Amino acid sequence: MKNEYDVVVIGAGPAGSITAKTAAEKGLSVLLIEKRQEIGDPVRCAEGVSKVWLRKHIEPDHRWICSDVKGSRIYTPDGTMIEMAEEIAGGEVGYVLERKIFDRALAYEASKVGAEVMVKTRATGLIIENGFIKGVKVSHLGESYDIKARIVVGADGVESKVGRWAGIDTSLKPVDIETCAQYLMSGTGIDQDYCYFYLGNEVAPAGYIWIFPKGNDMANVGIGILGNKSGNGKHAIDYLNDFVKDKYPDAKILEVDIGGVPVSGSIDRTIADGLMLVGDSARQSDPITGGGIINAMEAGKIAGEVAYNAISKGDVSTKALNEYEEKWRETIGREINNSLIVKDTFTKFTDRELNSLGHSLEGVNFSSMSLLDLLYALFKANKKLLWDLRVLFKTVVKYELDFEK
Amino acid sequence: MVTINVNKFKCGYCGACVSVCPVGALELVETWIEVNDLCTSCGICSKICPVGAIEVKK
Repeated sequence: MKNEYDVVVIGAGPAGSITAKTAAEKGLSVLLIEKRQEIGDPVRCAEGVSKVWLRKHIEPDHRWICSDVKGSRIYTPDGTMIEMAEEIAGGEVGYVLERKIFDRALAYEASKVGAEVMVKTRATGLIIENGFIKGVKVSHLGESYDIKARIVVGADGVESKVGRWAGIDTSLKPVDIETCAQYLMSGTGIDQDYCYFYLGNEVAPAGYIWIFPKGNDMANVGIGILGNKSGNGKHAIDYLNDFVKDKYPDAKILEVDIGGVPVSGSIDRTIADGLMLVGDSARQSDPITGGGIINAMEAGKIAGEVAYNAISKGDVSTKALNEYEEKWRETIGREINNSLIVKDTFTKFTDRELNSLGHSLEGVNFSSMSLLDLLYALFKANKKLLWDLRVLFKTVVKYELDFEK
Repeated sequence: MVTINVNKFKCGYCGACVSVCPVGALELVETWIEVNDLCTSCGICSKICPVGAIEVKK
């Protein structure tokens, strides 16, 4: 570890590693720090990701791909099933990852192109001079160090402190977070070609239960409920236990994963003088799917490029870093805002309304269906119930947005 | 003064509580949660904890 770098990235998840890789590839000196001793652990994710978008950032590798998913089956509270099977473009849908290996592979990519990586190294504060962020204070094995940086990138996840230290309020209200629990299970007997989603206020209030195939006879069985529905004696894990007991009483639990997913939609500001926030710390996860990996990598790529541009010009003020702010808002930001409208609409539905939505699609063929196609089909059949979504289809057509991340 | 109690045997150190703390009183340090004296006992962390590991002391 040196005492000065062009860029210091805090957090070695997908957002941080892609930022570090992109900046280092451009020739900047980069330090990537991770507070935990192992990158990628503990898992706080359902591990599903779109194939097409993933390939933009890394070549798929069997060492971190657990399964290749061909479609989704969505169940409404009364058991009506809507199947979305993607058969266009050669069966392109999604992978279920092994995050522990995937995240380390991304950090390895960053290290290969010259970024320094330090684990068991936690940011404890920012070095701020006249309101300008000039570096980061870290703790490594209990010793404190000051590290100067021309740009600090906060990629410190849902529990981010970097934004708060820089004066950006990233705190989430209960209605802005899905509180999640997941078991890696063996013996569920699910068809490994599909992801499964169970909707309903009894099983998962203002959220859903997911089952993602993990290869062989394993699966991630998880739940997310909206924070404002949690508590009062029942938390995410209690709902998950009820579901598992009812549905898979004989399956075995091989791992427990828990986490919080920001579903606030985009926050007002993700930059400061000498600082950018990326990924979950910038609340860039998708409010309807909860997916964050691709958005994090997209933001990391933009942040790495903008860091290079800003440092090359000798200006790392918010004026120069605004390029990052504009670019992510024009791309993933628009999709996040649209997803927020969908989230706000769907989390209010009663079970009766969800059932009626499901019935309205009976007999519709979804052989090549994206989430957007599904929403549009729902909208057409239920205009009154889904009237708030009308703006969605206008902006979607205008910007050719892709919901399939 | 410690105002909340985190059951370390239940806690899965996911950091969800840290993200909802309105005053920034919580910190996820490697594999445990630390609370500082900014804590106002508002109880939001206890409400949203996925595993119910946090108890507010009254």
